[in-house]
Amino acid sequence: MSGTEPKTKKFGSGERTVPHHTEKAPKYYPAEDIAKPKTVRKSIRPTKLRSSLKPGTVLILLAGRFRGKRVILVNNLDQGVLLVTGPFKVNGVPLRRVNARYVIATSTHVDLGVDKKLVEKISEKDYFTKDKAEKKKGEEAFFKQGEKPEKKQMASGRADDQKSIDKSIIASIKKTPFLASYLSSSFSLKKGDRPHQMTF
Amino acid sequence: MGDADITASRWRMVEVGRVVLFSSPSPYAGKIATIVEIIDHKRVLVDGPSEVEGQVVPRHSAQLSNLALSPIVIAGLPRGIGNGSLKGKWKSAEVDKKWSETNFSKGRGKSAKRRALNDFERFQVMRLRKQVRFEEKKALAKIRAKA
Repeated sequence: MSGTEPKTKKFGSGERTVPHHTEKAPKYYPAEDIAKPKTVRKSIRPTKLRSSLKPGTVLILLAGRFRGKRVILVNNLDQGVLLVTGPFKVNGVPLRRVNARYVIATSTHVDLGVDKKLVEKISEKDYFTKDKAEKKKGEEAFFKQGEKPEKKQMASGRADDQKSIDKSIIASIKKTPFLASYLSSSFSLKKGDRPHQMTF
Repeated sequence: MGDADITASRWRMVEVGRVVLFSSPSPYAGKIATIVEIIDHKRVLVDGPSEVEGQVVPRHSAQLSNLALSPIVIAGLPRGIGNGSLKGKWKSAEVDKKWSETNFSKGRGKSAKRRALNDFERFQVMRLRKQVRFEEKKALAKIRAKA
């Protein structure tokens, strides 16, 4: 019998139970209070995008290499990332991930009519990164500086995906007059434009 | 001594019967009324019994700095006319119709419409205006070549 059960001890005619020494009340208490860890009341919530960011919306990019370009929203990825396409043939913007914060959503919409499976495939986590070559570091890279850099190799199949995504989008763009040239033009503020008062 | 030839100016004047437009700091901005009585050099008594719904301006004293004078005048309006009889005069003078036909009101409508356009519509306006300009220049060049 081991553990923390109380023992019964006999004293003359009577008996009494003696608790295990670990069960006894402590003789001393700590002079300083033990700090209680704070309870975190925050919780991780999924990002909630603006209601204007629906697939098919024409967006104006505000940052990055393609800033000012008008592009079409294909899908919402997680963590506030958007999947957009130019279409590539119209304004040179490829299938690309974009931060939803650096985007103006316009009230113009385009009928996507895109193959859902293909969109899902592109929306996968490592679609854009899996074929990225590791950067050479250190000595080797230093001696290679003089040489011509290798031409960037696009991941196999990316170009085909781009074409098939854009095909149906371009078809629906052509139905609206001026829409193709609208998408190929880029946005900029002109004299007297007040962006906070403009409707997009 | 030569005769002095006096011609009256064609300025719009603050006068009884003048139709005025309220400008933006006023709660009646964009609505019209007529001057019923001139109170002093800064204020007038206005009344706007418009027939259009939501455009009625109650009789009150208004700052002239908040008013813009329109080209319309209700002719022969007596000073301090009451609201009831003004209603009849307003109707017979067709003030609402005349106001909507002025360039003043048309320009306001146009700019309000332009302001409400979205990005794509602004682009369309730009392209269509370019087309018009191109056609105009082409026609003008033809006429010039003939002459």
